[in-house]
Amino acid sequence: MRPIRVLVAKPGLDGHDRGAKVVAAALRDAGMEVIYTGLHQTPEMIATAAIQEDVDVIGLSILSGAHMTLIPRVQELVRAQGRDDILITGGGIIPKDDVDALEHRGIGRLFGPGTPTTELIEYIKEWFATREKQEA
Amino acid sequence: MTKLKSPSSKSAADSELIATIEEQSAELRLLRKEVAEWRKKYEKGELRDIAFTNSEKEIQAIYTPLDAAETSAEALGMPGFYPYTRGIHPTGYRGRLWTMRQFAGFGSARDTNERYKFLLAHGQTGLSVAFDFPTLMGYDSDHPRSEGEVGKCGVAISSLADMQMLFDGIPLDQVSTSMTINGPAVILYCFYIAAAEKQGVDSTKLRGTIQNDILKEYMAQHAWVYPIEPALRLIVDCFEWSAEHVPQWNTISISGYHIREAGATAAQELAFTLADGFTYVERGIARGLNVDTFAPRLSFFWDIHNDFFEEIAKLRAARRIWARHMKERYGAKDPRSLMMRFHSQTAGVTLTAQQPMNNIIRVAYQAMAAALGGTQSLHTNSMDETLALPTEESVQVALRTQQILAYETGIPNVVDPLGGSYYVETLTTELEREAESLFEQIAQIGGVVRGLETGWLQRRINESAARQQWEIEQHRRIIVGVNDFVTDEPELTIELLKVTEQTEREQKERMAKMRAGRDNARVEKKMGALREAAATSRNLMPYILDCARAYCTLYEIRAAMEAVFGAYREPVFF
Repeated sequence: MRPIRVLVAKPGLDGHDRGAKVVAAALRDAGMEVIYTGLHQTPEMIATAAIQEDVDVIGLSILSGAHMTLIPRVQELVRAQGRDDILITGGGIIPKDDVDALEHRGIGRLFGPGTPTTELIEYIKEWFATREKQEA
Repeated sequence: MTKLKSPSSKSAADSELIATIEEQSAELRLLRKEVAEWRKKYEKGELRDIAFTNSEKEIQAIYTPLDAAETSAEALGMPGFYPYTRGIHPTGYRGRLWTMRQFAGFGSARDTNERYKFLLAHGQTGLSVAFDFPTLMGYDSDHPRSEGEVGKCGVAISSLADMQMLFDGIPLDQVSTSMTINGPAVILYCFYIAAAEKQGVDSTKLRGTIQNDILKEYMAQHAWVYPIEPALRLIVDCFEWSAEHVPQWNTISISGYHIREAGATAAQELAFTLADGFTYVERGIARGLNVDTFAPRLSFFWDIHNDFFEEIAKLRAARRIWARHMKERYGAKDPRSLMMRFHSQTAGVTLTAQQPMNNIIRVAYQAMAAALGGTQSLHTNSMDETLALPTEESVQVALRTQQILAYETGIPNVVDPLGGSYYVETLTTELEREAESLFEQIAQIGGVVRGLETGWLQRRINESAARQQWEIEQHRRIIVGVNDFVTDEPELTIELLKVTEQTEREQKERMAKMRAGRDNARVEKKMGALREAAATSRNLMPYILDCARAYCTLYEIRAAMEAVFGAYREPVFF
């Protein structure tokens, strides 16, 4: 199986990148190909990078409270490019009601503080295996 | 730490001295023997199968006068005396308690103004402004990059008009205000000064702090605007101008908090923060300023993490290192230049989303460490901060935590009550040595600015963060409710605060009205003057203040200088 390609991105103006960097390193150590965008990215910059880098997964990290604006925006832009096969997942400080609302509109799982990195690695691997099976 | 008795007469003194030395060496022999006997028993004992460490270094099972002897009496001193290890005030908290200063801000200036009045009514003694992300980055509420972020993580302040509303009904000569702002710090500072003018309060009467610590932004917190060199110039402009015009203001709060939160160990927090402080001092001196004109207004900000004794030792070591370097390296003479005054905040990163009530207990222990370390002011985090902005109820519990500490525990009755503890003194000295060794490494890589450009400092912090995550996942470090003592989570019963999109809408409307109502010819003229001055080496503070008075917005002022300075580009890696 080819390695899973993941874009780890920090949308918006929030500068908290400890989680994003720890996750990026953990995914890399788990054998994935990881691209990290750096801070202060617009949804447009993230969608463009995702398409150009032909990633399987976009991992968004948001601790600023702007998730209800930024996550759907990334999703719309990626879909507009016909790439609704890309998994959009992520984490941060996101209240449960908002997590439910975002998952309802087709966003993947959103992980809160204290999640072991093994849990999200497993989630991404399972999602990828299922997608590959469907495509085969 | 052994003290010789003061002799009464010369001949008597000699024999007394000999007797004392003999007595002491007998004591020492006895002590060594006792320690050896204890060690035999200890090694036969059964120990729990965990690592006994703080940060990443092993600690001993017991500390004795043999360890504490490494610390000389001179290194300790008395409270209020050089090198201030035991505190900067001879009276400790008997003279004045620490300032209880809860960081707050959300929604519009009007919403936050109400929260401030609530906090003041409940006995809080200083204000502390949390700005939203657009403000922290120098964007107005109606800028496209601000969409979805206005008022979310703090209050939105885009011009003097917002600042006036924020402090409506709060006389600015009666409170001290701390503002957490860095990239565009001097702009918000000028809004504040101009808002005071509108209240009829002269700038010389203002008391408070702007964080204004850009080096730690590049290192850890990431709310930057300009490249490093022009950003440092603005900070020195602020030191120079404020010494005359706002003499009671703390022109910078050199912050370890964000460095620690980003993953640094206690020793790294201590060393990187102090190295930042030395860099600012060197820049001030390079401008030709006398160190004693600006050093008394430099203040610090520390993170108070879980390891109780290490945190106390860190605060004690910080005071000692600062005093010594300021005196010996930078030739400061005014005692106030040598005294490290600092704010503390309990460590946000230690709060857990799981079993959030447990956070109250974590915060209480951390607050106790801050008090035992002699902090000048304190913010205690609220239990719900890993979930959302804190509610009024949880902020009140956090404030009450400080009040119980201050009024019920008896801790403030004695100055530096852990002074002389074999363990705490040894830890203090060890942290000081670790910091000195990190200073040497920073010097070898070419200093702090070079360390930021190459990412050396950021990498050290990332490595520590990754190691801590690994330790938690490997169960080498237990976090109650997260990787042990886990319960099936019931649905959250505490109520969360939500900032609605209405704030952003209303803020945009207010901005449009303000822009239409102001004298736009004057705005253009003041911004032109600022742009022109930015290209020279003149002090920019008077120009920025003039822009603020003319109701130029935050982003307009940011952009005027950006036209000359350019923008910072982050070196990206993980």
